[in-house]
Amino acid sequence: MLGIIDGVTEEAERCGAARVNSVHLRLGALSGVVKEALLFAYDLACEGTLLEGSQLIVEPSPVLIHCSRCDADRVLESPQGFCCPVCGTPSVDVLQGREIEVMAMEVTSP
Amino acid sequence: MSGQPRLVQVRVNVLKKNDLLARDLRKRFHDAGVRVISLVSSPGAGKTAFLEQILSRLRQDFRVAALVGDLATENDAIRLARSQVPVKQIVTGTVCHLEAEMVRSAIEGWNLDQLDFLFIENVGNLVCPSSYDLGEELRLVLLSVTEGEDKPLKYPTIFNTADVAVITKLDLAEAVQFNSALSECNIQLVRPGMRVLKLSAKTGEGMAQCVDLFTSLSVRTTIAS
Repeated sequence: MLGIIDGVTEEAERCGAARVNSVHLRLGALSGVVKEALLFAYDLACEGTLLEGSQLIVEPSPVLIHCSRCDADRVLESPQGFCCPVCGTPSVDVLQGREIEVMAMEVTSP
Repeated sequence: MSGQPRLVQVRVNVLKKNDLLARDLRKRFHDAGVRVISLVSSPGAGKTAFLEQILSRLRQDFRVAALVGDLATENDAIRLARSQVPVKQIVTGTVCHLEAEMVRSAIEGWNLDQLDFLFIENVGNLVCPSSYDLGEELRLVLLSVTEGEDKPLKYPTIFNTADVAVITKLDLAEAVQFNSALSECNIQLVRPGMRVLKLSAKTGEGMAQCVDLFTSLSVRTTIAS
């Protein structure tokens, strides 16, 4: 949580923003972070920062693996089975799904 | 008068600070020739009992140390210190996991060149520790037979980010009718190809294979062979 606030504050200061209205966060299914827990704590954690009163918009990001047999990237339907949804070949080649990334923010200039 | 709201595209990795620090630690450990192994599991899966056995066995031939994380108390450090190796407790307070900065601060003053192995016992938790790289070379996830065979399916992330699974409390397997094949199948579903060790810290069954795994990583073993 503090990583989000620190990172966004740094970017907001860099672009001369007076306040942050919203934060767009990409959250991987394998990130180990629960969306609801983030939202629950967000308002309180933002108090006294440029992000106070802002909205956290979470965009869930599914797990993407590479299937060596199909030689293709595949989206996993669930993280309970790391196999290609098309041919069933197991894969540990995770291309996406671990990320916790701020992708955008809406700011207001002074 | 304030300006119009505008959308700014950024790309901020929220865990960048931890990831960078973990990368530095990994390099330091590598340069010093110390093998760093971390342990994650639910509370009560037997991390400390396992580590007590491992430390006692490895210290006969290697220079070993351990860090142990807990929300409160120094109980685990006291237990591990009986193995007569350097041990430091990291009391995290309200934090439910270890972070790279806690590891960096705990090893301050330690001469890494004088170590062959450093074990890091994480806080008992199957959720948050999976997101934090500690600079370790090998991450073990422990699963006790009393927890149920479907733990890997319930917590796929932690199993997916670990390197080796260790099934503990094998001495209780029969009493709780543990289905070993099912648990292994579930582990393979969330982490195909994962190596699985089964052992009992109480009876010592399976401990030798685990010690072998660690010694095979050792720089000194590599040089000797």
